[in-house]
Amino acid sequence: MLNSVARPWFNKFEKNCFVKRGSYLLLVLVVFTGINVFAQTASNSVTDKGKEVYDANCLACHQIDGGGVPMLTPSLVNAEYVQGDKVRLINVVLKGLQGVEVNGEMYDNPMPPLAHLSDEDIAAVLTYVRNNFSNKAGPIKKEEVAAARKATK
Amino acid sequence: MKKIAFILFAISMAVLSAFDNRIQQDSIKLPQGFKFQIFAEGLGTARHIALTPQGNAYVKLGKVSNGGGIVMLQDADKDGKAEKTTAFGNFAGTGIAVKGNYLFASSDSEVFRYALDANGVVSNPDKPERIVKGLVNKRQHASKSITLDNKGNVYVNIGAPSNACQEVDRTKGSKGMMPCPILDSAGGVWQFNSAKLDQSYAQGKRYATGLRNIVGLDWNTETDQLYVMQHGRDMLFQLYPEYFDAKQSAELPSEVMFALKDGDDGGWPYIYYDHIQKKKILAPEFGGDGKKTGGEKAVDPVVAFPGHMGPNGLLFYKGSMFPERYRNGAFIAFHGSWNRAPEKQKGYFVAFVPFRGGKPSGEWEVFADNFAGVESIDSPGQAQHRPCGLAEGPDGALYVTDDVKGTIYKITYAK
Repeated sequence: MLNSVARPWFNKFEKNCFVKRGSYLLLVLVVFTGINVFAQTASNSVTDKGKEVYDANCLACHQIDGGGVPMLTPSLVNAEYVQGDKVRLINVVLKGLQGVEVNGEMYDNPMPPLAHLSDEDIAAVLTYVRNNFSNKAGPIKKEEVAAARKATK
Repeated sequence: MKKIAFILFAISMAVLSAFDNRIQQDSIKLPQGFKFQIFAEGLGTARHIALTPQGNAYVKLGKVSNGGGIVMLQDADKDGKAEKTTAFGNFAGTGIAVKGNYLFASSDSEVFRYALDANGVVSNPDKPERIVKGLVNKRQHASKSITLDNKGNVYVNIGAPSNACQEVDRTKGSKGMMPCPILDSAGGVWQFNSAKLDQSYAQGKRYATGLRNIVGLDWNTETDQLYVMQHGRDMLFQLYPEYFDAKQSAELPSEVMFALKDGDDGGWPYIYYDHIQKKKILAPEFGGDGKKTGGEKAVDPVVAFPGHMGPNGLLFYKGSMFPERYRNGAFIAFHGSWNRAPEKQKGYFVAFVPFRGGKPSGEWEVFADNFAGVESIDSPGQAQHRPCGLAEGPDGALYVTDDVKGTIYKITYAK
C-alpha cells in the first residue's frame, strides 16, 4: 500500500532522469537545501526553545512528526488551524480544545489547557509549529500571547 | 529518444507493479500453514465484525458511509472474497454481535437489534428495535462494545470519558477525584436484557466497575464468563515526570485482560497493573509513586501486555479449522499505540494467548503481524492498516477488520 503512494513520485523522478533532466533537478535540490540551511541557522534559538517545549508538552499526543492520532488527536501537518488566525491558535493552547470539528473531522481526545506555560514558551512552541510539519506562517510573539491571555481573564 | 524513454518507463512500471503485488500478498505475516485473503476492502472505518451461522459478515462502521453504518458482506460462491455488499443502519458506532435470530449493533449511546431471517439476512434494515438508550457519550472512550451470554443478557462497555479521573482531565498537577464520580455511569460494563426495549441505566445493572475503557470483549462459552481487554491509562511521564521516565511511561501501565464476575472491580482510576513488577500499583493521582501498591479488592488480570497497544478486539476461538492448540485460546487485535512517543510505537498486530480451562496455558505471542505495512512506526498516522475487530466464521476462519482503510482479512489454515 505504501508503494502505491510512493510510486507516482518515483516514476516522475525516474522519467526525468531518463530524459536527462537529472542535472537540472539536482541543481534545484542543492539551491533549495542551501536556502533551508540558511533559514534554519537564522532562527535556531527560537526553534530550539520551541522544539523543547513541543517535546515536553505536545509530542505525546501530536506525535514526533506532528501527524496526530487518527480519530483521537488532530494533525498539525500543513494545518489551517496552525497557519491561520494567531489569536485562535494561542487560545487553543491557553484553554484547550474538545468537541470541535477540525478540518471536517471530529477528534475524541480532549486537549488540556496549557495555561501554566509562560508567554515566552507558548510563543516559542507556536512559532516552532508554524514553521515545521510542512507549515509556513509568521512567528508568534510573547506579547501576542500575553494579550490573548489578558483577554481570556 | 522519447520512444526509448517511454519503453523504459513502461518496463519500470511493469516491474514495479509485479513488486507491488508481491508486497500485497505478503502484507500480513502469519505462522506456518496459515494464509489470508482480502475478504473485502475500502469499507472505511471498519470497527467490529460478527458472522451469522450462514457466513454473512456484518461490519460496524465508525462513520456512516454511503448511507450505512453497518455493512453486510456475502460470499455466496465461497471463494474467500465477498462479492455482495449491502449498507444499512444510519448510525455510527463500534459494537456488533450475532446471537440467536438477532443482529445487535451499537451507536456511541444506544444498542439496537435487528431480526435475522432464515438466511441470516436482516429482514427489516430500516426498523431496528432500540433495546438500550441514553448511555454516557462524551466522545472520549465513547465506543459501546457489546457481547452476549447464553442467558439472554447483553453486556455493554461504557468507557470512562477520562484518562485518570483527575479534576481536570489530562492536566499536570490536577488531583484525582476521590471517590471518582465517573464510576456511577461509566468506567465499567453494564448488563441489560437483550429482549427488552428502551432500557437505560435504571433497568440495567453495573455488572463490573473500575474499568477505564473496554473495547475488546467476549463471552467465553467454555467457562461461561465475561472476558475483557482494558485500555490502560495514558501519560504517566507527561503528568508525573518525577516518578516516571519516557521509557517507563511507554511500557506502563499494562494492557490487561480480566475475567469478570458479577460485581468485580478492575481498580481504575485508583490503581493500575505493572507487568514488570507484577503488582497492582497505586495511581499517582491518588498518592502513588510508581512503587506503592494498592487495590487489594481489585481483581488481578488474567494476562498482562505491554502498555498502550490498544486492544480493540477479543475473540475466544471455538472452531476446529485451526490446529488444536488454538482451540479455546484468545485472539486479541491490538489497534496500535500512540502514547509510547517519543519511543517507537507498538501493537498493530493480532496476538494469541493459548488457554486451558479458562486460564492461560502459555505466554502471549504475535499471531498476525505487519498490518501497518512499515518496518517501524514513529507515529500512528504512518500505519496503512490497524487491526480492530475479530470474528470467527462458521467454518472456523478468523476475520480481522482494519479501521484505517476498511480492509477485512480472512485468515484460514490448511495442513
